Amino acid sequence: MAYSDKVLEHYNNPQNVGSLDKDAPDVGTGIVGAPECGDVMKLQIKVDPETGKIVQACFKTYGCGSAIASSSLATEWVKGRTLDEALEIKNTDIVEELSLPPVKIHCSVLAEDAIRAAIEDYKKKAGLGGNPEKAS
Amino acid sequence: MKLPVYMDYNATTPCDPRVVEAMLPYFSEKFGNAASRSHAFGWEAEEAVNRARRRVADLCGATPKEIVFTSGATESDNLALKGVAEMYREKGRHIVTCVTEHKAVLDTCKRLETRGFEVTYLGVDRKGHISLDELREAIREDTILVSLMAGNNETGVLHPVHEIAAVTKEKGVLFHCDATQAIGKMEIDVRKLGIDLLSLSGHKIYGPKGIGALYVRRRNPRVRLVAQMDGGGHERGMRSGTLFVPQIVGLGEACRILSESWRDDVEHCRTLRDRLVAAIEDRLDHVTYNGDREACLPNTANLSFSYVEGESLIMGIKDVAVSSGSACTSASLEPSYVLKAHGLNDELAHSSIRFSLGRFSTEEEVDFAVEQVVKTVKKLRDMSPLYELVQEGVDLDSIDWNTH
Repeated sequence: MAYSDKVLEHYNNPQNVGSLDKDAPDVGTGIVGAPECGDVMKLQIKVDPETGKIVQACFKTYGCGSAIASSSLATEWVKGRTLDEALEIKNTDIVEELSLPPVKIHCSVLAEDAIRAAIEDYKKKAGLGGNPEKAS
Repeated sequence: MKLPVYMDYNATTPCDPRVVEAMLPYFSEKFGNAASRSHAFGWEAEEAVNRARRRVADLCGATPKEIVFTSGATESDNLALKGVAEMYREKGRHIVTCVTEHKAVLDTCKRLETRGFEVTYLGVDRKGHISLDELREAIREDTILVSLMAGNNETGVLHPVHEIAAVTKEKGVLFHCDATQAIGKMEIDVRKLGIDLLSLSGHKIYGPKGIGALYVRRRNPRVRLVAQMDGGGHERGMRSGTLFVPQIVGLGEACRILSESWRDDVEHCRTLRDRLVAAIEDRLDHVTYNGDREACLPNTANLSFSYVEGESLIMGIKDVAVSSGSACTSASLEPSYVLKAHGLNDELAHSSIRFSLGRFSTEEEVDFAVEQVVKTVKKLRDMSPLYELVQEGVDLDSIDWNTH
């Protein structure tokens, strides 16, 4: 299948691959997807408690090129945002930015879910009263 | 070395230059209709067809009158199954096949099920083998046909054709064998093996696409078919339609070359395939060999790379043309049904790559492919949350993925 230039760029030079200490109080971790579905995304954020902004983000993804690109892009986008601003990132934004074809839309959904899960995790740790019912 | 490197010979093969050479005169110069009996143009074409038919027959131990030209193995499979089903439906309406067969057989069986036939699908074990006892038990009073392939397209696993034929003979049912992948990669002699119907295809054996053949036994027993294409009664009434002479000539030449040198091809492919597998297994851990290392087509290796998803792997080794066991590019996101039948979990099935080598593969290409695979798998594992968890000692099966 043909990939867009932006997907290829992220696949060849993924941004922010890595892991943060998941036990650290200022780190939120989201793991979404399942191996049998062919996609698992782990997205982590490090939040500055003073400013409430995401100062660092990283990911590890098991999945197709579009899933890798979606998570790479997601980490780029959340950096520097407040938690609420990060929650505004929608999967459709990712689809548009990466020109994902219809069969790859689930990759962008997964990336949005990963952002949400990471934020939920951080909020829970920080006692910010996240809504656990919404965790996907 | 030319890039990308081609390692998908089970999908299709390039035409051997000798095949193309043999075909060319039959487009414009010797263009006659092989069915034209009244002039030299027709005789010339007919002679070429006869020569090709003899070559196809020689390759598989048949006689020329037992060869029916078709558009390819899919049509051969359709003709064999539907043709036999329709011809023998008064005798019985039960067919036995296997879950790892090609779709051309499985989907034809599905069609027959809608037409009042019953089909038993034999399962396979972890290595992809059927049980002969299960086969024996599956054959009933009303069974008319057993259809089992010689070598599997995805894994290369070989069915014990000779033993299967012995069972069908003992039970008095017909045996159709899809030998599309196996022909030219092992000795296939329909008489010695006891095969009643055999499908083969041109483009898997360095011949042209759009041509294939069905062997239909004429003696002990004489197999009869109901044609699925009506018209001028070509091919002894079994397949109407003006013969595509250039393609037939090409298939004949491909078969002639194989009869002469298939053992060289086998030797060549086996050496390279073993080199490829040994190098990859030496340099990477968590590699699963899918299928049976012993009973396997000499050119095929199907490997799963745990914790790496197949499509991203293929993307990373873009200069090596291989195929993935994950049909992730289709809307269904379904992993290979063949590997799942082996009992592989979805994750491993998604992580599988089929390497299939051929006559024109080289050692340099194999070494290049190994480098690409090793480099990409390492890079993707560094990026894989699953690999990280496993390195931390977490059992992936212990995780309830749905709750995350």
